Amino acid sequence: MVLVDSPSSGNGVMIETRGLTKRFGDLVAVDHVDLEIRKGEIFGLLGPNGAGKTTTISMLITIRPITEGRALVNGFDVARQPAKVRASCGIVFQEPSIDTALTARENLELHARLYGVSKSIRTDRIEELLALVDLKEREDSLVKTFSGGMKRRLEIARGLLHHPPIIFLDEPTLGLDPQTRQHIWDYIERLRREMRTTFVLTTHYMEEADRLCDRIGIIDHGKIVALGTPKELKDSLGGDTVVLTMNEPPLDAFRALPFVSKVDVRDGSVWLSVERATSNLARIIQAAGGHEIGTVEVRRPTLEDVFINLTGRAIRQAEEGGGEGWSGQVMQYTATTNR
Amino acid sequence: MSEIEGLYGIWLREFKVFQREKSRVISAIAQPIIWLFLLGGGIGASIDTSRIGDVNYQHFLFPGIVAMSTMFGTVFYGLYIVWDRKIDVLKEILVAPISRITVFFGKVLGGATDAMITAFLLLLLGVVLVGVAPIGVVGGLGIALLLAIGMVSIGLTLGAFFESMEGFQVIITFMIFPLFFLSAALYPITGLDPVLGAAVRANPVTYAVDALRGALIGRNYFPLWLDLAVLLLFDSAMVLIGAWAFRKMKL
Repeated sequence: MVLVDSPSSGNGVMIETRGLTKRFGDLVAVDHVDLEIRKGEIFGLLGPNGAGKTTTISMLITIRPITEGRALVNGFDVARQPAKVRASCGIVFQEPSIDTALTARENLELHARLYGVSKSIRTDRIEELLALVDLKEREDSLVKTFSGGMKRRLEIARGLLHHPPIIFLDEPTLGLDPQTRQHIWDYIERLRREMRTTFVLTTHYMEEADRLCDRIGIIDHGKIVALGTPKELKDSLGGDTVVLTMNEPPLDAFRALPFVSKVDVRDGSVWLSVERATSNLARIIQAAGGHEIGTVEVRRPTLEDVFINLTGRAIRQAEEGGGEGWSGQVMQYTATTNR
Repeated sequence: MSEIEGLYGIWLREFKVFQREKSRVISAIAQPIIWLFLLGGGIGASIDTSRIGDVNYQHFLFPGIVAMSTMFGTVFYGLYIVWDRKIDVLKEILVAPISRITVFFGKVLGGATDAMITAFLLLLLGVVLVGVAPIGVVGGLGIALLLAIGMVSIGLTLGAFFESMEGFQVIITFMIFPLFFLSAALYPITGLDPVLGAAVRANPVTYAVDALRGALIGRNYFPLWLDLAVLLLFDSAMVLIGAWAFRKMKL
């Protein structure tokens, strides 16, 4: 095991960025990002493809140079102490980087050697992780015979293998079945509980971010546009929404209610922004008086709503947006490999 | 300590991959045989053996073919990291907390090991076909190793800077073939016109071919110490350049 002395253990900040910026020519991929991530925190970076999530992570793990600003990881300066930063990090890449010419076990053994995991714990650790990602039976098969999901699982096992203090997961559960996702979430939470591991993950899955992350930063066009706990972000939308379908809605009666902040009519339904919808629902129906109500729906805001509110589009739309997202990402990637 | 573990890990990976690619081993052995019989047989029929030290042309050619097999195998092995980088296999190794120098030496050792296995099989064949003495096999392996270290370093250096496989043809045409044809692997150093002769003498591969010819069929042109000195110098320079290239290499 690589023991990394950590100058950061004092104040518990594991990742700190100040004005972190990445430019590719005229394109500003990451625009003055300030972040502070504490020990044992699970931090989510949310945003459409091309928003700057992967580029931010690439700078933090030292594989892309920083254009401007500063970043400390585990107390080490990313630009000046890259080797110490790398020894502090476990990385699960978005693009598969598993060696298909080796078996699953050989991939893990190579990783253990590269990260100096001592021989005495290597075997146990590999067993544990192969079991976690359900690859025990295929441990001696060449990875080229694996499905995409299996490769992904092996990659996650590899990122966790050396128990680093900080783990970066770039779209960790993309393309995995719900059961495996659940297993991986549980293991992430266990590592955080038992080892106080810090996690930084990017994801498109809102429910994954909501379930797993202590705090979330929403990133769009390279800028952090919102930062907070999932609850804070959802509460920022002003509570719940009650949707009523009715023919002649008494809009003024609804507006008069003290706990209703906004009344809208959309698609023949009435949309009320309401504090504590469940406890105030009876009074809303009372306010409707004799008017007939077709259906009542109470909606709690989701992170998806937060995202739409901030960026004006759904995360998946944003991602599909005219191919700009994907090809932009691919172009950025080749641009850096080419230098 | 963990650098040595890392070095071993990288070498082991290369060794396992080589073992699994049977077709590579087979073609590495079959190709020299084709050269020896189809080219060596044909040219040998029309050659004046007094010009090549009164030996059968196939015997004269054999050390050159050992050098060819070693240099082609190792340069391609090195260039292959372009592909590893493209499919992101190299990324895992390059983000690990081991130095680039370690990664480079792991790759050099891996390439040299592959070349040694191929050269050993080829030299055994030489015992049967060309009458190489068992002691010649040992000497031949040592010289092939010196050639392999320099050549794999060249391949890795080029691989570190190339972005795609498209540049490979250029390297083959303008570097590998000239180095091979100017190495006196196919013809003797004596009696060449001055320009060609100078080019042959300036080519480090010439000295590997010459030393191999000495070890395998007892017909060397330069003294052995000169051959070894040139090869050691060549290796040192190429290893230094290669290590530097790996430090500069972008993901």
